[in-house]
Amino acid sequence: MAFLDKHKVIEKNATILMVLSLLVVTVGGAVEIAPLFWLQNTIEDVDGMRPYTPLELTGRDIYIREGCYVCHSQMIRPLRDEVERYGHYSLAAESMYDHPAQWGSKRTGPDLARVGARYSDEWHVDHLTDPQSVVPVSIMPKYGFLSNKMIEPTYITDLLSTHRFVGVPYTDEMIENAAADFKAQADPDSDYDGLQARYPKSQVRNFDGKPGISEMDAVIAYLQMLGTLVDFSTFTPDANR
Amino acid sequence: MSKKPTELEEDEVETTGHSWDGIEEYNNPLPRWWLWTLYATIIWAIGYTIAYPAWPMLTQATPGVLGWSTRGDVAAEIKAVDVANAEIESKLAAADLTTISADADMNSYANNAGKAVFQTWCIQCHQTGGQGAKGYPNLLDDDWLWGGDIESIHTTIKHGVRNEDDDDARFSEMPKFGADELLEAAEIDQVVNFVLKISGQEADAALVTDGAVVFEDNCASCHAEDGKGDRDQGAPNLTDAIWLYGGDEATIRDSVNNARFGVMPTWAARLSESDINAVATYVHQLGGGE
Repeated sequence: MAFLDKHKVIEKNATILMVLSLLVVTVGGAVEIAPLFWLQNTIEDVDGMRPYTPLELTGRDIYIREGCYVCHSQMIRPLRDEVERYGHYSLAAESMYDHPAQWGSKRTGPDLARVGARYSDEWHVDHLTDPQSVVPVSIMPKYGFLSNKMIEPTYITDLLSTHRFVGVPYTDEMIENAAADFKAQADPDSDYDGLQARYPKSQVRNFDGKPGISEMDAVIAYLQMLGTLVDFSTFTPDANR
Repeated sequence: MSKKPTELEEDEVETTGHSWDGIEEYNNPLPRWWLWTLYATIIWAIGYTIAYPAWPMLTQATPGVLGWSTRGDVAAEIKAVDVANAEIESKLAAADLTTISADADMNSYANNAGKAVFQTWCIQCHQTGGQGAKGYPNLLDDDWLWGGDIESIHTTIKHGVRNEDDDDARFSEMPKFGADELLEAAEIDQVVNFVLKISGQEADAALVTDGAVVFEDNCASCHAEDGKGDRDQGAPNLTDAIWLYGGDEATIRDSVNNARFGVMPTWAARLSESDINAVATYVHQLGGGE
């Protein structure tokens, strides 16, 4: 065991031990992480995905701020009961513009990956304001205060730029028009053609039915688009993924 | 310090050679069954990574010789159920809605499948028993906004109401008589009292007569002259005691002022034709079907 005796040299010299430990961890990490950037199933290209609109992105930030992810996941697993209940299983590509992703491994409430267009805006207002009024057995807390907080797109340009910095393909045009798009999406009387050209399938409504743009508008705009971007009638899953 | 193996006496167990303050450590061999189980699991693990997707390569993981995949697995599972139900599902999808209830087999299947669909997709608004909630119609009674025969129920479910996703969605829009200043405050007082009167509630008799005129000029085109509503426009009957948002004076006033715009999603994209037929059959037989 002459080779193992040499190990004593490493064990007795802290600097060498640290350098070599780092080397081992680096190799292990590279082997585990690096393939993810090339494996086809983690970079599947799917039609329909687009970055979030400014209002949706704001709603998403409120969703994260309120800790919705603590009880709700956004990942339909490829199991028959989940597909029957929530719709087509989630694709990795559907989270490609999520920073951070909202997958989750535990549910207290239902999965929200495809909650978009499943309920009316009015239902969302009723439900967020008083969940038990529509789902008597629900243990969800009340979020009526979202209606009281009016929001302005003060930092929306910075928010989009930050997302571009981490890889979301916001164009210069999107960033330039961020504040206008933010307001247009919640106002059906506005000129929203530009918004819908930049963000296909974006929904323009007064989401909470009240004047002005509140946090309620932003959260509902976000919830109503979840899972609606990919048209699964034209999607053929590659079985080997 | 430590004994060399050669110094061992018969039946004496070898020690590890370590000694701490004279305490030595036996080096008993591992139980054979345990050791062989360990080797077996290692061999099994190698076989497993060959059989199933495992090792990440450059562009994809090794697919495994069995060709198993998560997506393939769920597709096969769903297909197995679809195949098992294929006969009755295709019969149900093609069936004339009015004949479903006459065919005992199909009726039983449609009601069970329809209940499953209802419990998954509909109860969040219409509630577990179909009794509805404020703003979400009760499906158990015989008061229907858009019609209670099975064809009408089917159309409502398939295309929804006032949603933007389906061009065939049922649509009508009540004007906001107060918010958009279509009626004077006094006229709204009058018409609210008229509605209270025709729904059999206490009303200010002095206002009711004028209210009838306001009603005829502004409301009768949808709610009908007698206030019994019009199902073609989803205009509710105002003369009964059934209210979607509430029948007290304050709520009626709110409805006249700000109007109502109840939305139901389209289900054509989420549910199959047979699922929609099944849930239409289920709802039709809940109690109020015509």
